[in-house]
Amino acid sequence: MTIREGEPLLRVEGLSKSFMVSGGMFRAPRELKALQDISFTVRPNETLGIVGESGCGKSTLGRSILQLLRPELGRVVWLGQDLVATRGEVLRKKRKDVQIIFQDPLASLNPRMTVGEIIAEPLRSLMPELNGAERRAKVAETMKAVHLSPDMVNRYPHEFSGGQAQRIGIARALITGPKLIVCDEPVSALDVSIQAQILNLLAELKERMGLTLIFISHNLSVVRHVSDRIMVLYLGRVVELADGEQLYLHPRHPYTRALLASVPIPDPRRARGRDLKGLSGEIPSPIDQPSGCAFRTRCPYAVAPCAEVRPPLEAVPNHGDVACHRWREIGE
Amino acid sequence: MIRFILRRLAIAIPTLLALIVVSFILMKVAPGNPFTGEKTLPKEVMANIMARYGLDKPEWQQLLDYISNIVLHFDFGPSFKYKDRSVTEIIAQGFPVTFTYGMWTFVVSTVLGVFVGVLAAVRQNSWVDYLSLGITIGAQVVPVYVVAPLLVLIFTLWLGWLPGGGWNGGHWSNVILPVVALSFSLVASVARIMRSSMLEVLGSNYIRTARAKGIPGYKIILRHALRPALLPVVTYLAPMLVYVITGSVIIDMYFSTGGIGSAFVNSALNRDYSTAMGITILYGTLTIAGNLLVDLIYAWIDPKIRL
Repeated sequence: MTIREGEPLLRVEGLSKSFMVSGGMFRAPRELKALQDISFTVRPNETLGIVGESGCGKSTLGRSILQLLRPELGRVVWLGQDLVATRGEVLRKKRKDVQIIFQDPLASLNPRMTVGEIIAEPLRSLMPELNGAERRAKVAETMKAVHLSPDMVNRYPHEFSGGQAQRIGIARALITGPKLIVCDEPVSALDVSIQAQILNLLAELKERMGLTLIFISHNLSVVRHVSDRIMVLYLGRVVELADGEQLYLHPRHPYTRALLASVPIPDPRRARGRDLKGLSGEIPSPIDQPSGCAFRTRCPYAVAPCAEVRPPLEAVPNHGDVACHRWREIGE
Repeated sequence: MIRFILRRLAIAIPTLLALIVVSFILMKVAPGNPFTGEKTLPKEVMANIMARYGLDKPEWQQLLDYISNIVLHFDFGPSFKYKDRSVTEIIAQGFPVTFTYGMWTFVVSTVLGVFVGVLAAVRQNSWVDYLSLGITIGAQVVPVYVVAPLLVLIFTLWLGWLPGGGWNGGHWSNVILPVVALSFSLVASVARIMRSSMLEVLGSNYIRTARAKGIPGYKIILRHALRPALLPVVTYLAPMLVYVITGSVIIDMYFSTGGIGSAFVNSALNRDYSTAMGITILYGTLTIAGNLLVDLIYAWIDPKIRL
């Protein structure tokens, strides 16, 4: 299927996912709402960053897009086809186009398979028409693309460092030539020095292969570095979605402001002069969520109506979308 | 690898020697000798017999003779009970029987247990899972000497399908009941081990990766999950061997299959020193060999283990 001009590559509509949590032997299981009514689009060749605190549903969203977790409600429309409604063989074949890179690189590789087998396996399952020689050539080519020496095909994952393991994970995601890759915290398990290498590699590959990325991270600096647009999640809901620079320079939602205010500044002199209005209180339990606006319990601007009506995601001119009753009053 | 096997064999020799010495001492400590019976033999006759079997020599001399005969001539001595038969002959007669149903027990319990365990794990929290869990918990706690009579009651006395004993040269109808009786609780144990380890593996990150790669479900089980999930089952093979060996004693007595188990029991009751010791050494060797085999299978399954 060809991508038409202006058409979104991926459209997520009203996605909701919850988990049942058992409360103990004599208590009825309760519902943990991990994602609630998430909607957004991904345009071809862009990088959409997704940020939020731990437990806000970032990874659940990534896996729900791939249908590794099955959402209860909503649609994930990939090039006109709803993935939530597909299953079995049809869904399996779609994995050629939509791939994912996982957070813990080493644990995500089967310790009993060699690197060559790991990288070649998607070809066996999704492109069975290739013969052995073609497959080997493609593995070597992909390994070179992620800056791994093709001599290492016969080694096992435990012989690699974290950064190398993530390169294997990237190679394995790339080999079928996908259009969209969901990067689920791809660098958070790595050393800072290695993080930059992997981020640069992703940027390079995106440029060269015309990839579209969804980049999930809790690290605001990393997300800013790679993203064209950024979506901020709080307790399984979208609170703000805007162009990267716009969001960083003129955050509209109180939560986004608080997040940005908590980013460490690497210069002690400048950091001293900063007005540190971090977030007070703990993130509420996703099982007992606050009524109305989920953020009102920690919001310095909260007023009575915030407890009653959940703020819808509104379009803000020259900015993006914000879910806050008071965005007009708060200003920039 | 070769060095590992050689080292293990080198350790096996002192282990077997210790086994021989300890069982020899235990036999000697027990009161009486092979020739004490209902009526007491005249003193001269007794002395004659003792001299013929070398039992008049000091104990340490007997032990040394015994060991050197095994090492030099592979001769386990004559049976003290059956005058015209040697221990080697007794073992050669009984061992093939025990080996046949023992091997079948291994095959049936691992194959069936692994199959049930995988099925229960893949269909976790479904009726398949609950049913197999219920049955295996029940089956695991029933000992051989309860299963064997029940099987005979049902399949021999009520249904009349299978013979309730005898060996008949290893005819399949005679093999089934011993194998089923011996496998009964083993299948259950293997299934339960397999289920829990399979669940653990299925929850691991690289299985998620495999799903993201677009690999069909059955292939994920066969290619990615089965081998690592088998490790605990392989570990269980060694205690399984011991279970089959001790179980064979009950099976041979109950089904009159004429295996090595009945020879072992009889020799112990008759104080037939040489036969009991011969079979003890055989069982010891089997256990050591079985453990070595388990280690080798381990290395094959998990490349991280270097021998």
